[in-house]
Amino acid sequence: MTTDERIVVTSTINGEERQWLSSSRDSLLEALRERLGLTGAKEGCNNGNCGACSVIMNGRLVNSCLVMAAECEGAEITTIEGMAQGEELHPLQTAFLEEAALQCGICTPGFLISSKALLEWKPDPSEEEIRFWLAGNLCRCTGYDKIIRAVEKAAEEMRS
Amino acid sequence: MVATPEKPEYKVIGTRPVRPDGMDKVTGRAEFGADVKLENVLYGAVLRSPHAHARIKRIDTSKAEALPGVKAIATHDDFPKQETGSLDLGEGSANPVWLVENVLAGAKTLYHGHAVAAVAAIDQHIAEDALALIEVEYEVLPHVIDVREAMLPNAPVILDDLRTNVRAKGADTPKDVPTNIALHMRIEKGDIAQGFEEADVIVEREYTTSQAHQGYIEPQNGTAFWSRDGHLTIWCSTQGTFSIRNQCATLLGIPESRIKVVPMEIGGGFGGKLTVYLEPIAAVLSKKTNRPVKMWMPRADIIRATGPTSATHNRVKIGVKRDGTITAAEVNLAYAAGAFPGSPVGAGAQCALAPYDIANQRIDGFDVVTNTPKTQAYRAPGAPASEHAVEATLDEIAEQLNMDPMDLRLKNAAKEGGTNSAGQPWPRIGAEAVMQAVKNHPHYTSELHGDDTGRGVALGFWFNGGMESSSSATVNSDGTVSLILGSMDIGGSRASLAMQLAETLGLTMDDVNPHFVDTDSVGWNAVTAGSRTTFAGGWVAYDLGEEIKKQVTARAARMWDVELDQVTYEDGKITGPDDAEGKPRSMTFKEIAKQLQRTGGLIAVSATSRRNTQGAAYAGHIVDLKVDRETGKVAILRYTAIQDVGTAIHPSYVEGQIQGGAAQGVGMALNEEYYYDAEGHVVNASLLDYRMPVANDLPMIETELVEVPNPGHPFGVRGVGEVPIVPPMPAIRNAIYDAIGVRLYATPMSPRRILEETLPREDA
Repeated sequence: MTTDERIVVTSTINGEERQWLSSSRDSLLEALRERLGLTGAKEGCNNGNCGACSVIMNGRLVNSCLVMAAECEGAEITTIEGMAQGEELHPLQTAFLEEAALQCGICTPGFLISSKALLEWKPDPSEEEIRFWLAGNLCRCTGYDKIIRAVEKAAEEMRS
Repeated sequence: MVATPEKPEYKVIGTRPVRPDGMDKVTGRAEFGADVKLENVLYGAVLRSPHAHARIKRIDTSKAEALPGVKAIATHDDFPKQETGSLDLGEGSANPVWLVENVLAGAKTLYHGHAVAAVAAIDQHIAEDALALIEVEYEVLPHVIDVREAMLPNAPVILDDLRTNVRAKGADTPKDVPTNIALHMRIEKGDIAQGFEEADVIVEREYTTSQAHQGYIEPQNGTAFWSRDGHLTIWCSTQGTFSIRNQCATLLGIPESRIKVVPMEIGGGFGGKLTVYLEPIAAVLSKKTNRPVKMWMPRADIIRATGPTSATHNRVKIGVKRDGTITAAEVNLAYAAGAFPGSPVGAGAQCALAPYDIANQRIDGFDVVTNTPKTQAYRAPGAPASEHAVEATLDEIAEQLNMDPMDLRLKNAAKEGGTNSAGQPWPRIGAEAVMQAVKNHPHYTSELHGDDTGRGVALGFWFNGGMESSSSATVNSDGTVSLILGSMDIGGSRASLAMQLAETLGLTMDDVNPHFVDTDSVGWNAVTAGSRTTFAGGWVAYDLGEEIKKQVTARAARMWDVELDQVTYEDGKITGPDDAEGKPRSMTFKEIAKQLQRTGGLIAVSATSRRNTQGAAYAGHIVDLKVDRETGKVAILRYTAIQDVGTAIHPSYVEGQIQGGAAQGVGMALNEEYYYDAEGHVVNASLLDYRMPVANDLPMIETELVEVPNPGHPFGVRGVGEVPIVPPMPAIRNAIYDAIGVRLYATPMSPRRILEETLPREDA
C-alpha cells in the first residue's frame, strides 16, 4: 500500500495563485476537482484515453488525470473555468454554442481546451488536422461533425 | 430539408437558437453527477468479482474496517430481502430480487466485475486501499459467455430457479427444466409455409453481433445523504429521477415519499443510465455513517459491470418472387441478456421486419442469460441486431434478382393502412418517403471511384415512445414563462421543450426559462428514453401554453369588461372588441403579464400527458468506404443519413442526434466488441482497447431531414434519437461487399475479421 503524505502545492490557476493541501497520490484532476472545487475538467476514464480532463499546463495541453498534483508546484494552469475573459467568451465557446457542437456537454470542456491549444499552435488547421488533433478527445453524442465545424468557424473568426 | 406541403408556418419551431443551458456547458459551470459539492462528504468505492461465475463462501471485512479513515462497509446483507416481482424501469422492467443482486452480489457472482462489497472512507485513495483488504473466499464455477453455448442443454446453469417463459404458440420449448433461456417469444402473421412456397428465390443466412457499450463519457455516479429523520436525498445523473426513486425505495425498503432524487446534468446515457448501480450503495453507506457519501465508477468497472447491449446470434430466411415481392420471412433471434433476464429481444423482434409489408412472417425471440454484465437499453434497444440481419439478407436478394437494392425495398415498403408484424395497422409513416429520398439522393446517384471502394445502403426502424410526462409553468410579471420539467435534458430537450411552449404562446425562446427539478418539485415523469421526451414533453408544453392562453384571455376579458368570446389570442397578442371610443383593444403577452398580479394574481398551470400517439421513425443511410486490403481497416469516405423526423423542432439538435447515432452505429459496425479470455474475464475494459470512433475515424455526416408530420402531435413531432443507430451496421456490411466482394456475417467488421476473410489461409 502506498503511504499517503500531505503536501502543500502552489500553482497559478487561471491567472490566480492557489495553494492547497494535496495527497501525495492526487492527480492534478483530483486536486482540481476535489481539493479546489474546479469541477469543469471532467473524469471520463482516469487513464488518458478520453480527454475530458484536458487542461493547459505551462503552455502544453495535458490530460490532468495523468499529471501528479505534486508536479504542479509553480506551474501555470489554464482550465475551462479560465477560458472566457470576464464577460467575453472565447471565440471557440461562442462557436460551440452557435454551431450546436455539444449535446450532453460532458466532453465539451475538454474539447474547448484542446481546440484552444490547437489554434494557438496552428491558427488555420485543415479539417484533417483538426480531426487528428482532437482524436484524443472522445465525444459519444455528436459524431464530431458539428464540433469540427465549430473549430473551423472559431479559427476563421480568430484570424480575421 | 424536405418539407411536406401541409407543414404550417412556425415562428420558433424550425429555428436554431442557442440552447438555454449552453453557457454553463461551455464555461465549465454545469454540474454533472460527480460535480456535486457537499460538506463533510465521504467517498465510496466498490470491490468487484475477479471471476465470471463463482459462489461467495465468505467475506471478511475486518481488516478493511480497521484501516484508518474507513467509515463503513456495505455488502448484499445490508439490503432487505426482496420478493420476486416486477419493477417498472421505464424501458423494460426488473425483478427486484435480481436488481438488488446486481447492485451487490448475493450468494454468487455472475460476471467478471460483479459488485461484491463497498467501502466509504474520508478519501478516495483510502477507500480504494480498503478494497484490497477485504477478503473474499470464492468457489469458482463453470461459466458460459456465448449465447448459443448458453442455450445448450448441458450449459452451466446461471440462475438455479430460472425456467423458460414460453410465449410462442406451437413451440415445443421445454418449460420446467433448469435453463438459461428465460424467454421464448413468437410473433406470427399469415401462413409462413404457404409464403415460402410462393417464393421464386429463398435466401437464408446467420449473423452474429457483439456486445457494444453505450460508451457515455460521464461515469455512473451516485451521491446520497440519509438524514437521521429518515429522509434520503440522492444526487445522480440519470435518465429518470422518478425511476431511480422507485428503484431505491424498493431496494432499501422505504416509502418513495422519503426519497428525493436531485437530477444533476447527465453526461450521456443512451439507455445505460436507467437503472441503479451506485445510488442504493451510497444510501446504505450514508445511513451507516450519517454523512453524505459520493461515488462514481472507474471506467473499467463501467465497461465490465454496466449494461452493454446484447451479443446476438440471429437467423433470417426470406422468400421473394422474381419481381421482388417478399412472400415470406422467418426470423430467429437469440439475445444474450447477461447475468439476469431482460435482453431487448422483444423489441428486436418487433422491429426486424417493420420497414416492410410482408404478408407471411414468423419471428422467434430467445432471451438468454450468460455470465456477462446485465444488458441495459442502448439506443433503439434490440433493433440494430435484428434489422441488421434482415437488411443484410435483402442486399443478397437484390443481387440475386439483379435489382437495385432501393427498388427492392420500395417494392415492399410498409405503408399507412398496412399492418406491422403483430398485425396492428400502421398510422401515417414515412417508410416509403425515406426510401424514395435515399434513392433520389445525389449521394446515391453519384459515381464512386477508386480501388476497393464500395457503397452500401440500409433502412432502419424504431417505434419511439409516448409515456407519461408532467410539467408546470408560471407566468412571471416581466412577461417570461418559467417551465418546470421532470424529464432529464440529455442533449437539448430544454431547448426543444421551451421552443414548443414559446411557439404555442407566440413568444420567443428567450421568453421561456426551462428548469429541471427534483422529484419533490414536479409531477411524475417517465424516463428520458425511447426518443419520447420532445414528443411527450412537447405535448405537455403545448397543453401548458393552451391553458395559459385560456387564462390570459379570460383575464383580459375581465379587465376590459367584455365577453370571453370577444377576445382572441394570437401570436403573443390579445385582441378584444373596439372600446367605446372606437379604438381597438389589444395587449401583448408582456403587457398583460405586468398587470396580472393586481388583476387577480399571476398564472401558474400544470399539465400531464399520457398520450401514446408517437409516430414511428424510419431512417435510410448511404455509406461509401474503402477497405485497406493490407491492414483490413475500413475508412468511411462519405456518409449520408436520411430520416423521417416528423417535425424538426431545433434542426441543429435533430441533425446532431442523427450524426451521433450514426457514429455509434459505425463504431458498432467496425470496432466495438468485448473480448473475453478463457476464464470469462473482460480483457479490453478501457477506452483505449474498447475502441469507440474518434474524430479522425469519421467524415462529416450529411443529413437529410424528411418531414412527415406525426398526426398524433400538435407540432408533428415523432422522436428522432434512436433510429439512426440502426442502419449503419448493415449499410457498412453491404458496402464492404461492394468494395471487396466479401460478405461478412459477424460484427464488428474489424480489421481482424476482414483479414480472416481476405487473407489466404495457411492450411489452404
